[in-house]
Amino acid sequence: MSATWEMICGLEVHVQLATRSKLFCSCATDGFGASPNSRICPVCTGQPGVLPVLNDGATKLAVKAALALGCEIREESIFARKNYFYPDLPKAYQISQYEKPLAENGSLAVAVKDAPSKTVGLQRIHIEEDAGKLLHAIGSEDLDYSLVDFNRAGIPLVEIVSKPDIRSPHEAYAYLQALKEILQFAGVSHCDMEKGEMRVDANISMRRAGEPFGTRVEIKNLNSFKAVRDALDYEGRRQIAALEKGERIIQETRLWDADVQATAPMRTKEEAHDYRYFPDPDLPPLHAPRSLVEAMRRELPELPEARRRRFIEDYGLSVSIANVLTGSRELADYVDAVAEITNPATATPTAGNLIATVLLGFLSERSLDLSRVIGRVTPESLGKLTLLIADGRISKTMSKEILAEMLNSGRDPEEILKERGGGQVLDEAQLAQWVRAAIDQSPKAVADVKSGKERAIGAIVGAAMKLSQGKANPTILNKLIKEELAP
Amino acid sequence: MSKTLPPKPRRLKGGDGALSAAAIASGVRSGEASAEEIVRGRLDAIRKDDPTIKAFLAVFEDGALEAARAVDRKRREGGKLGRLAGVPVALKDNLLVTGTISTCGSRILENYRSPYDATVVGLLKSEDAVIIGKTNLDEFAMGSSTENSSFFPTQNPWAPGHVPGGSSGGSAAAVAAGFAPVSLGSDTGGSIRQPAALCGIVGLKPTYGLVSRYGLVAFASSLDQIGPFSRTVEDSALLLDVIAAKDPRDSTSKAAPRNGGYAEGIETGVKGLRIGLPRQYFEAQGSDPEVVSSVRESIRALEAAGAVVAEASLPHTDYAVSTYYLIAPAEASSNLARFDGVRYGLSEKNAPDLGALYEESRGVGFGAEVKRRIMLGTYALSAGYHDAYYEKANRVRTLIRRDFEEAFKSFDLLAAPTSPVPAFKMGERMKDPLSMYLADILTIPANLAGIPGISVPSGLTSKGLPVGLQLLAPAFAEKTLLRAAFALESMRPFPRLGSRD
Repeated sequence: MSATWEMICGLEVHVQLATRSKLFCSCATDGFGASPNSRICPVCTGQPGVLPVLNDGATKLAVKAALALGCEIREESIFARKNYFYPDLPKAYQISQYEKPLAENGSLAVAVKDAPSKTVGLQRIHIEEDAGKLLHAIGSEDLDYSLVDFNRAGIPLVEIVSKPDIRSPHEAYAYLQALKEILQFAGVSHCDMEKGEMRVDANISMRRAGEPFGTRVEIKNLNSFKAVRDALDYEGRRQIAALEKGERIIQETRLWDADVQATAPMRTKEEAHDYRYFPDPDLPPLHAPRSLVEAMRRELPELPEARRRRFIEDYGLSVSIANVLTGSRELADYVDAVAEITNPATATPTAGNLIATVLLGFLSERSLDLSRVIGRVTPESLGKLTLLIADGRISKTMSKEILAEMLNSGRDPEEILKERGGGQVLDEAQLAQWVRAAIDQSPKAVADVKSGKERAIGAIVGAAMKLSQGKANPTILNKLIKEELAP
Repeated sequence: MSKTLPPKPRRLKGGDGALSAAAIASGVRSGEASAEEIVRGRLDAIRKDDPTIKAFLAVFEDGALEAARAVDRKRREGGKLGRLAGVPVALKDNLLVTGTISTCGSRILENYRSPYDATVVGLLKSEDAVIIGKTNLDEFAMGSSTENSSFFPTQNPWAPGHVPGGSSGGSAAAVAAGFAPVSLGSDTGGSIRQPAALCGIVGLKPTYGLVSRYGLVAFASSLDQIGPFSRTVEDSALLLDVIAAKDPRDSTSKAAPRNGGYAEGIETGVKGLRIGLPRQYFEAQGSDPEVVSSVRESIRALEAAGAVVAEASLPHTDYAVSTYYLIAPAEASSNLARFDGVRYGLSEKNAPDLGALYEESRGVGFGAEVKRRIMLGTYALSAGYHDAYYEKANRVRTLIRRDFEEAFKSFDLLAAPTSPVPAFKMGERMKDPLSMYLADILTIPANLAGIPGISVPSGLTSKGLPVGLQLLAPAFAEKTLLRAAFALESMRPFPRLGSRD
């Protein structure tokens, strides 16, 4: 991207509130993957004569989201009807909030790699219901129709609209990560994009530094954070190229096509909407009195930023490990549980590193959920393992092997250790024997060390470790070898 | 007083058509009457006379008899019978009854089978009422003559060739003709009170929120309210007692003050009651002098009974019709959007694409008046016009509401004609929508203000057409309304069709 150009981007994020029932009826929200139209009733399919009744649980979660994102919360907000025809929209209007949304003027701290963290302003958060889902019969002349599944219709959402404060695709990516993290921590949403629990639309324009905002383009069909980043990158370059040729940017909606890695204009007919918003006469104003807001504030857990700071200060974790371990509420809770077993100041950094390197590596390697691993490697057993390291009974190398075994079998670390011959060998006679044998096996390294190449000692330590079958402590071996070779 | 009573009207044979709901319920409860016999009598009357009147879109012969037999069985087995035991009730066809067709008087719902009971229907059933059928209406309750029904018009039982009023014309005609002692309608701008007036019966529009709208197919959600038709004031009180209940399924519903008890103290009279006569209502455009004089005579009777009568003023009355014809169509344009041919109702399945499916289904399914109002409402809400029309109408609505608040500082009730004219001839106003809209000029303001109103028979014109007197009260003051209506009913005996007096 040319240095003189600046990206102006704002994101609209739809997030599913983690309620058990829908926003305006008592149908269950667990319809993802269930058979189509198995979570429906007269209300959420828009039968004649039905009326909406607000789910208080959704209000509470939306208030929590607003608090977690530092918004001002309106005591009285208004539900409005957004009118448009589409087969997935049962009433031909969506109940949303328009002129008076629940919350406004929030902010979110965003950490971008290699840059100081910045604050992205939030314009508004409002509550709305989801539409159903169309299933198109593709690629068949015979199946010239679409099917509609209303399991999603009426699912509670909040739409979180950022201010146009985002300046790069990387910032957009980091913003989404921070948003997801904070909403998961607050217990507001699971934010599972694959289940459609988090959806993103992006608004983007380009300007030369110091100039007013240019014409913005909306990008839809962004199915992952990566898609958002890639689409913004592409669209930014497309707009610069057009502007540099003297062309004007048309205000339009474009769709991201991940296969060809490009945006293309949506057919204009589909976006020529006048939504004719007006207050929904079926719903009284939504009250979020101070008492409710304060109650939700008390329920709000420690948010990621605060937790990260605590992990660094109390557990002595590095910034990067702390960042990894606060990546989800579940993971951070796990770390806290392990820390209760271990000695925070000395042993927890070790535990943290084990979790960050071995445990998470194992998860991504096998694409498993953290929750499945927590069942297998409880905080207690990981704590025990950490204490074995702290007491010098096993080496770090060995601890990784034992953890791998724990992940596979779910067995107790001490049991595994016993089976492997009781852990690290500290017996000096045995150690001395391995050291001497290793020296005998490595004449070249010995000569190098003696001629001043201290680093060559690594090869001798390695040989000794091999002889000990990993049961020796490399630090001790190193010390013994140095003593042996000392002039 | 009796000089205004005309010669006895043509009598429709209706068996026990003169029995009030209260009398039927107490008779069935005590075992003096059998619900089956009562219902059979009404079904006979319907079979005989409804081919002429055409009040019903559907008659539940089997279902009603079965329900009546169940009531009788329950009594024989010593079960506790409800407050409407064995009472035949007719329902406007925009109220949903599980498993039956609810057309709303529209082609678009001609075959729509209700998957659930409206809250009021559930309440009626739980009090052992017997639903005998669904009555005709202007399509989606849009009209004042029932001529906008997509199926057929309904005759005024008092005067063949005349309209019964609307939009609940079928429910009003059914009660006037003695097909049922009571029925339910809905009132968005006068759709209960105006047909009650034109058919010479009692019709009550409760305070907005007093009766749940769940299961009433919405026309204009901020104005719609379900209410009873009856031949006696007491029966309307009885029905209101049953249907007035806070409903967890309707967020706009409210609990009745003191839990109802609407028939209690109904006979205490009007002594000391302050009744205001809104000047503007007596000077309404196109008022029939005979209507005004009948209403004034009724008011003199109330005054003679001890009411304190004085002139009142509702200064924004002139704006009510235009305000209503922005707000009601705006809400309707959104409420009726769901009839899109996708999930239920009429669907032009051979349409070549989605746009055509919408256009053809709605084009064929909706009648002219419904389309006119959808277009009006869509326009009023459109970007660029929203503030000038919809928003402004809402501001005027507030002024109209304040007019009433101001008037009710000095008066307990307001009294006026219900309709400026008696029943008009069929076809007379169909060519001119504006003249039809003006039929509701005296009833619309109460809907805009959310206050209750009742129409009570006042007398007959020289041509023998019924005149209705309208009483309006502050929100939730239905008891005052019913008390005054009852007093008037006792003082101004009114002939009934289909009675065996």
